Amino acid sequence: MKVLRTSVIGLACTVALSLVLSGCGKKDSGTSAGDRASNAEATYVAPGEKDEYYLFYSGGHSGQVFVAGLPSLRHIVTIPVFAPYPGTGYGFDVESKQLLGNYTWGDVHHPALSQTDSMYDGRWLFVNDNANNRVARIDLHDFKTKQIIGPLPNSSGSHASSFVTENTEYLFVSTRFSTPLPKGTVSELENYEKDYKGMVTALKVDPQSGEMSVGFQILMPPFNFDLASTGKGPSSGYVFFTSYNTEMAHETLEVNASQLDRDLGAIVNWKAAAAAVADGKGTKMEGVTVLDPATVPGIVHFVAIAKSPHGMDVDPTGKWVTAGGKLQPTATVLNVEKILTAIEQKDYEGDFRGIPILTHDKVVEGEVPVGLGPLHTQYDDKGNAYTSLFIDSAVTKWKLPPWTDAEKQDLTSVVKDKITVHYSIGHLAISGSDTKKPDGKWLVALNKLSKGRHINVGPSQPESSQLIDISGEKMKLVAEAYTEPEPHFAQILKADQIDPIEVYPQAENKNPNAVWELEDGIVTRTGTTVEAKVVAIRSRFSPDKIEANVGDTVRIHVTNIEQTADMIHGFGINEHNINIVVDPGETKTIEFVAKKKGVFPFYCTNFCSALHQEMQGYMIVRESGAVEPTPETGTPAPTVKTDAVDGIPAVPATENPDVDAPAPVEPNK
Amino acid sequence: MKRFLRAEYVFLQKPLNVGSRLLLLLSAVIVGGSLYFPLWKVHLEAPQYQEGLEMTIYAYKLEGGNGGQDLKEINMLNHYIGMKPISAADFTEMQVIPFMLGLFILLALRAAVFGRMGPVVDLFVLAAYFGMFSIGAFYFRLYTYGHNLDPHAPMNVEPFMPVVFGTQQIANFTQSSYPQMGSYFLCIFMLVLLLAIWFSRKEQLPSSLS
Repeated sequence: MKVLRTSVIGLACTVALSLVLSGCGKKDSGTSAGDRASNAEATYVAPGEKDEYYLFYSGGHSGQVFVAGLPSLRHIVTIPVFAPYPGTGYGFDVESKQLLGNYTWGDVHHPALSQTDSMYDGRWLFVNDNANNRVARIDLHDFKTKQIIGPLPNSSGSHASSFVTENTEYLFVSTRFSTPLPKGTVSELENYEKDYKGMVTALKVDPQSGEMSVGFQILMPPFNFDLASTGKGPSSGYVFFTSYNTEMAHETLEVNASQLDRDLGAIVNWKAAAAAVADGKGTKMEGVTVLDPATVPGIVHFVAIAKSPHGMDVDPTGKWVTAGGKLQPTATVLNVEKILTAIEQKDYEGDFRGIPILTHDKVVEGEVPVGLGPLHTQYDDKGNAYTSLFIDSAVTKWKLPPWTDAEKQDLTSVVKDKITVHYSIGHLAISGSDTKKPDGKWLVALNKLSKGRHINVGPSQPESSQLIDISGEKMKLVAEAYTEPEPHFAQILKADQIDPIEVYPQAENKNPNAVWELEDGIVTRTGTTVEAKVVAIRSRFSPDKIEANVGDTVRIHVTNIEQTADMIHGFGINEHNINIVVDPGETKTIEFVAKKKGVFPFYCTNFCSALHQEMQGYMIVRESGAVEPTPETGTPAPTVKTDAVDGIPAVPATENPDVDAPAPVEPNK
Repeated sequence: MKRFLRAEYVFLQKPLNVGSRLLLLLSAVIVGGSLYFPLWKVHLEAPQYQEGLEMTIYAYKLEGGNGGQDLKEINMLNHYIGMKPISAADFTEMQVIPFMLGLFILLALRAAVFGRMGPVVDLFVLAAYFGMFSIGAFYFRLYTYGHNLDPHAPMNVEPFMPVVFGTQQIANFTQSSYPQMGSYFLCIFMLVLLLAIWFSRKEQLPSSLS
């Protein structure tokens, strides 16, 4: 009850605070002239100099990943993942269209760098798509999306992902939304408690290629599983999940899922689960081996955590796990040693549908009064934790256990510092917080609201990120920047840990349709398929004439034969909704059905050289069956005139044109 | 006059002492060494090529910097002004130079074995001629590249002489061209030949010849 009262007071404060903020719109720079100079110096990356860290932001419902530099906070590049991105031609060529499937957006929440021995190994970045239950792998060798797995079977709302194990053996996904399973089953919402299921999915990651596959799944009650963190050291082999909605509400969750003072967090022994799968203890659902923890004991335990907790973060030693209370102003610290003892001694205070609940007081080390709306916790290298406070719009720094008896008596004493951020922080990120050796230099606060912090850009506003210096006793806000919607979590990697390529070496291009000499560019026809192998180089396409007939399938392979960094060529076709961008040494393929008679210019869309404007060609589409063009090798053949009626507007060829490619826009009538 | 001709005749007949013969052996080694080092280097820099583009000339090959990529890039840029692509095949002297350097080694060894002043002077004169001819040929090669520009090229520039020794500005590029270790080796080779001559200059002819 006391807890509830505190929350009410907290919410009242929030309302008051919002009124103050919206009332006067006061700017809080909070910096003296001296601070300005030293902050500027700490974050200034002079022209020609480079940042020290990569900041990989999730792009939220933009479906992309943003890469910025630290300490400058400057956006450097966008890595398209779940949505088409004309800037790099992603989603227009055959390969990336295949990656996207029939989707044109995703909701990226949590990026995870691959790890070896609980340290970032700089190989891959995994990101989830909460909207369509997918996970993608970006290769840090070239910063490109290489694989998208999903929609995952038996899984809806892959919010608690991507979280990798110590050696990237598995990557965990759990369901924020429960549905009747298998997918396609309909059961009324009234049957929620009985028929709706949650699921934890273990994606197996190939240690060489990084290729993900569905390893196994664990059937869970229909709670809303929220976030997760993998163990290391003493917690090795475990993965921890928070959940809300232990109430199992199916309507007006805002209220109905917020009734209980505690929700059940899940402690999953993934090594035991993998062993159980190997022992044949699972059953198949939609082709996936599913374990039922009620019948396979030892793989899942619950622990009660206050209240509707959000983040769940294992500390660098693997001894402590912090859960953010969200609706209660405390961060619950779980003691891994005590958890293991309680599991061993079966110290249960009950069970939920056959899954044991560990005795709360036996495994909880303490509840640290961090402030209102605690969400996520990150760690530095000095035994400190930093918890984001959504409602307070602040970050609290506090000391991890072990605590003295006096500290345990009054946990306010372990709270060391609190700093205001602007505004309503979600995640926060410290480099290496999820590894065994964090880097306690910078903290990035990923705030949900930026109102009033930037020059007015109208009602559609960006998010704000703030850079906090955590190298001293007191936190210090030193810089801020704005991002496209909408970063959730981020990962920070030391720049010198990776050495990405700048061009695709010609020798490694194994594309059978690649051509490397101007004179090898060619257009051929087989039946009703026109195939063009086009060379792109400063400042021409060879051949620069492609002939087809209405109804033909046109397949164009463009090879950028440059081997010079940043010498990128585009290939856009007028009124065909097609633009690909080909990096040096890369070959990309587009395929479409020529539906419209006429002459369509194509041109280099990515500015390349002094004669970029001249880098163009023509696609001639004649009436069906009008001409049988001879193989074209760059020397123009005489143009044949035809008098056919106009064709219909072209759309790219696809199995599912409704979803895959936007319909051509009709001019406004 | 008669005295001078006799003195010259006598000088060329002079035997080489041990020091000079050892110097000749050394000179053969130095010529061999020059094959392993670049003779000349052309370096180009522009605002968008801060890291520079490099073309290195060896006795037997032309090498672009950055794994050969720089030469492709130089040719890529030159095509805008209609310059013929620079290729090793054009440098016919690259087939001759290794042969000549091999010949120098043989002649140096021959001179060391024969132990007479005349062959050393021959070798020196031959090497000096060859050196000057090579630089002249290099100059002519660059002149040809700079003066036979395709009139249909996208950009019209006045025919120009790329710098052979030194630094100059061509459009947005700063071009510098300087000899490298291999050329220094060949200079030292010549110097050693002179020393070999110098150290035996006072040797007496065998009495039967004087």
